[in-house]
Amino acid sequence: MSTTSSTPLVEGAADGPVPVKTGPSGPRARSARAYLTYVAGKLGGAAVSLFAVLVTSFFLFRIIPGDPVRTMTHGRQVSAEQLASLRRQFGLDLPVWQQFTEYCAKALSGDLGTSYQFHAPVGELIAEKLPATLLLTGVAVVIYSVLGLWLGTRSAWRHGRLGDKVNTGVALTLWSVPSFWLGLLLIITFSVGIGPIPGMFPTGGMETGGETGFGYVADVAHHMVLPVVTLVAVGYAQTLLVMRASLLDEMGSDYLTTARAKGLRDDLVRRHHAVPNALLPTVTMVFINLGHVAAGSILVETVFSWPGLGGLFYQALSVPDLPLVQGLFVVFAGAMILMNLLADLLYPLLDPRVGR
Amino acid sequence: MTVPSTAAQTASSLAWARRRGSVARFWRAYRTHRAGLFGLGALAVIALVALAAPLLVGSDVQSVTNAPGAALESPSGAFPLGTDQFGRSLLGLLIWGARISLTVGLMAAALSVAIGTLVGILAGHFGGWFSTVTMRITDWFLVMPTLVLAIVLATVMSRSVWTVILAIGVTSWPTTARLVRAQTLAVESRPYIERATALGGGHGHIMSRHVLPNVMPLVLAQTTLGISNAILTEATLAFLGLGDPDVVSWGGMLQDAREAGAVSSGHWWYLAPPGIAIAAVALAFTLCGRAVESVLNPKLGVSTR
Repeated sequence: MSTTSSTPLVEGAADGPVPVKTGPSGPRARSARAYLTYVAGKLGGAAVSLFAVLVTSFFLFRIIPGDPVRTMTHGRQVSAEQLASLRRQFGLDLPVWQQFTEYCAKALSGDLGTSYQFHAPVGELIAEKLPATLLLTGVAVVIYSVLGLWLGTRSAWRHGRLGDKVNTGVALTLWSVPSFWLGLLLIITFSVGIGPIPGMFPTGGMETGGETGFGYVADVAHHMVLPVVTLVAVGYAQTLLVMRASLLDEMGSDYLTTARAKGLRDDLVRRHHAVPNALLPTVTMVFINLGHVAAGSILVETVFSWPGLGGLFYQALSVPDLPLVQGLFVVFAGAMILMNLLADLLYPLLDPRVGR
Repeated sequence: MTVPSTAAQTASSLAWARRRGSVARFWRAYRTHRAGLFGLGALAVIALVALAAPLLVGSDVQSVTNAPGAALESPSGAFPLGTDQFGRSLLGLLIWGARISLTVGLMAAALSVAIGTLVGILAGHFGGWFSTVTMRITDWFLVMPTLVLAIVLATVMSRSVWTVILAIGVTSWPTTARLVRAQTLAVESRPYIERATALGGGHGHIMSRHVLPNVMPLVLAQTTLGISNAILTEATLAFLGLGDPDVVSWGGMLQDAREAGAVSSGHWWYLAPPGIAIAAVALAFTLCGRAVESVLNPKLGVSTR
């Protein structure tokens, strides 16, 4: 969650200020080949990370708890025969290395095991809940990225003034607020209603049911307002702070003085020269946020009973439904790796200095 | 024989004078950050309340069996914040909860920074394949969804305060490791390290006597910023029911409130205080951390990240 963690992920992100528009110097063919080599390297790295996630999830769930069957039946009366049959059912009576190879082979073919709680394949359960999470987090990330970029730019351009101080202060305060608490407060205030405020929004879920066509879209949007507001409120500070810092870095640059000396108006200098360069580290951040927010939505989805992966994760935790928790862990980590990969692949296209 | 001992005394007293000087300089620079002072003041008050909790409310405040009030009372003179579903005073629980929040926050951040510093210094000092492998592992931890990993760890281990500290500590060290490694490389490229090696200083001596003191300021800033993250994660884990069930914590109070139906019945006085407390502590640490960071790194001071 800290701002410092995300920026150094892409090499060269902190290079000196050079305008983007200088373009590649070498012949096109050579730079295309260089880019392909770069892509291959990043793809290889992502594959290694993904494999490492599989290994970790295996060891997390088979080795640390001691006996997974005991964890699964936590706090219930079970006979020795039931334990033995559970072990056979989940393949836990085999030697560890054999379990591991079987697990990897299955996971690679998309089989993440069977949920203990729902008696359905984990893969199917996840696929069913995925769209709701994608919708919620996608909308939230777009809104808080735009909001963060806009406020961050304003803050940096007029840094040190009252507006900047209020801006950063509000963002930092909201950043320190636990998302689930903000969600609960919003439900109390705007769904249940206190005092003169009537309940304007639904308390949870994604749809009222019975609506079709445009009515359905409006209904889902109505349900989405409060969860999106919660995610945006606790999340936009990071984009704001990174954008502000990177724009402040650019602001001392000579090319801006040149642009001003040419007689450009202040907001032209800002929009055409400073902001495009300052955007680079922030773009990376937006992608990394996309990966993070899927996991971060666990709390918000739980609080708002949103029928997505986060809510599913919470349900799986309370049992605990180990195959489902494990499957979701792999999916969340996989999303992070995928988003980092996308950021890495996109970056050289935006910034010619990287990967050449 | 007296000459060497006097010399040693002078050397050590010189070193102390220098340390005092740098602390004074640090404080003078810190004092100019108003937000940092505000955070520090808030922390002092909260820490005092947490330390004095046994005197203020007494340890029987957590007891479910002989609670003083009726269930779910509204705020009144006897119970300024009302009572929970067991009839316990919410103000007492709130004060008592500060202890666990601060303990877990401090210890988890200390653990995470200790791991990060150790890994960073070792990777920076030894270099070669060791550094490559360690940094690969670090990078891989960096792309893991930290919260999910902490939740999973807390799920598979037994419920206790130590589990929570461990789960937060072992998932949040990579940022520190990367920063410390970079700083170690910068320190070790200076001539005085070469001099120390030439005089016969071994790996341990270089790392503990020369590199560590130089990375300490960075580590301090990281710890302060890490605490607010740790406190938020602790509250999250407790809210998900993964904390120690026998200990009163702010996250746990929010979970109790949700289970008691405080949301649907509009009992905002039950819900609001624990969240405000979490946010206040986290914000105070963030403000201090940013002030420390900008004192130690003047370039950031301009940009005030």
